[in-house]
Amino acid sequence: MLVHSKTGRWATWGVFFVLFLPLFALPLLVILAASFTTNWSGALPSGFTGAHYTAATSGDSLSALTTSLVTAVTASALALVVGGWAALAAASLKKTGRRLMDALFVLPVAVPSVVVGLAVLVAFSKPPMLLNGTRWIVIIAHTILVTAFAYQSVSAAIVRLDPAYEQAAASLGARPSYVLWMVKLPLLLPSLNAAAGLCFALSMGELSATMMLYPPDWMPLPVQIYAITDRGSLFTGSAIAVVLMAATLLVLLAVSRVRTKASYR
Amino acid sequence: MAERSSGIRFDRVSVAYGGGGARTVALDSLDLTVEPGEVMALLGPSGSGKTTALRAVAGFVRPTSGRVLIGERDVTDLPPHKRGIGMVVQQYALFPHMRVEDNVAFGMKAQKVPKGEIPGRVAEALELTGMAAYAKRYPRELSGGQQQRVAIARALAIRPGVLLLDEPLSALDAQLRSGMLAELARLHRELPDVSILYVTHDQVEALTLADRITVMDRARLQDVGTPQDLYRRPRTEFTASFVGNANLLPVTVGSGEKGTVSFGQAELKVPTQDVAAGATATLCVRPHLVGLGDGPNSLTGEVAEVQWRGSTHRLFVDVDGHRVKADLRELREPPALGERVTVHFAPEDAVLLAAGVAEDG
Repeated sequence: MLVHSKTGRWATWGVFFVLFLPLFALPLLVILAASFTTNWSGALPSGFTGAHYTAATSGDSLSALTTSLVTAVTASALALVVGGWAALAAASLKKTGRRLMDALFVLPVAVPSVVVGLAVLVAFSKPPMLLNGTRWIVIIAHTILVTAFAYQSVSAAIVRLDPAYEQAAASLGARPSYVLWMVKLPLLLPSLNAAAGLCFALSMGELSATMMLYPPDWMPLPVQIYAITDRGSLFTGSAIAVVLMAATLLVLLAVSRVRTKASYR
Repeated sequence: MAERSSGIRFDRVSVAYGGGGARTVALDSLDLTVEPGEVMALLGPSGSGKTTALRAVAGFVRPTSGRVLIGERDVTDLPPHKRGIGMVVQQYALFPHMRVEDNVAFGMKAQKVPKGEIPGRVAEALELTGMAAYAKRYPRELSGGQQQRVAIARALAIRPGVLLLDEPLSALDAQLRSGMLAELARLHRELPDVSILYVTHDQVEALTLADRITVMDRARLQDVGTPQDLYRRPRTEFTASFVGNANLLPVTVGSGEKGTVSFGQAELKVPTQDVAAGATATLCVRPHLVGLGDGPNSLTGEVAEVQWRGSTHRLFVDVDGHRVKADLRELREPPALGERVTVHFAPEDAVLLAAGVAEDG
């Protein structure tokens, strides 16, 4: 802590709570409270029920959860392969080529996701690339959106990787592909892992592009939340939101466990 | 352990970076042969081109012109993994995700050495470097010196004809360094067929280990010779001052008697050299060969500084505006600052260097 005096420290904590609680913590607590309530007309909710969770973990909502998990896992895996590969390829390019790749892969982040959704919709709505109406159009859109993050975190890790490892491996007679599999990828594993977690979390929460694309039989959870709250079932929507949060956090926790095992230094 | 013994040859190798106005020459037409089984030290300050020369052999920098040969093979256009070299770098670069034994086995696995052969050769390499007890450890569990031994074992396990060492001891503390120096000397006695190219900025390492030393400065070769040769008979001022300590005194070659030069007021006898009479030259005398008191070549001056170094005293004596260093066995009564003293050296201990040699290389 950089603040040394006692009053200064208390003041800092005070400012932190005044800013942090209303902005970040309270809305989440409100959702949590709403998900258990039967009636919220005054300042505080009244009546306790678990019924919203029964609704949130069965029927359409359950299948939406499965849809979201499958979409996020598939999109993250694809993003990791494509983004990681591109980052490795870009690292061996000259300055101009690398800048071009960086710009290309930052595009899906820079462009509003609605635009990405629309672009994917237009691009894949006609034969021979007719994917509209299938789950694949959602997965492709998510992959495009999260690949940018995979690319960025892997290329940042490659820059930090000491070239001495690669050179030592080459001097020992290892072909570039052998160096990649046995040295570079294992050393990049912690960052690949972190990238996977980030991609997964982003995909789980994606709404705006998905809204333009999802077919009736492939409705991810955020769309379900939107649809249900739009119909006025605010409390059920809150319960589904809590389920979404919990599922995402659980997966991130599992991923971070793997990460600690994979870090060497 | 080496399967083949091969030397290294630099054939007018130049390396330049950048283009146009910002072009930097890192190595300027280096011509050098390392004989099979020889330990050659590349000695020079940073930026002298010594590491560039080593990296050109390893294949990590591409010569702008010239050729690099390992054995009889021209490797100039070969990628590093096809060159059959072993290399050890300053930061060791052990693979942190592999145990010591896997690090040592790495090269053999990469080169598809028959599986049955690998464990034996790993054990052999670890035995050779005294690291057999640490086979199951991870690099992070080892000290710097131990990591260095593993790095050497890893490089030797592939049985290279050529071993490249890039400042291998500079990350170790002084005590460990002298121990590792002895280790490297022993290793080379046990593997007499391996040619070693040893890059260092430390003259003690070069003098201790090398069969021959190449002195480099400003991207160019300055001098090549055996350690004794370079130390006792340096050819250039740069060599004289970089290999060991030296007094470099500007002198004028006398016109009369052969083998005398004048330094200020003093007439000094030196071994006869082919320097024209009347020309200016540089006289090189090692500080430990300078004695206190009157003698054949006497110089009198004022004591400017006295440093006690345990077993020796170093005296700095100002003679005619030039500072003469003398390393003397510890004195019972060292002279006081400002006192006038006389120092001397034997004529045969002096080397006359023709002026301008240092500038032309």
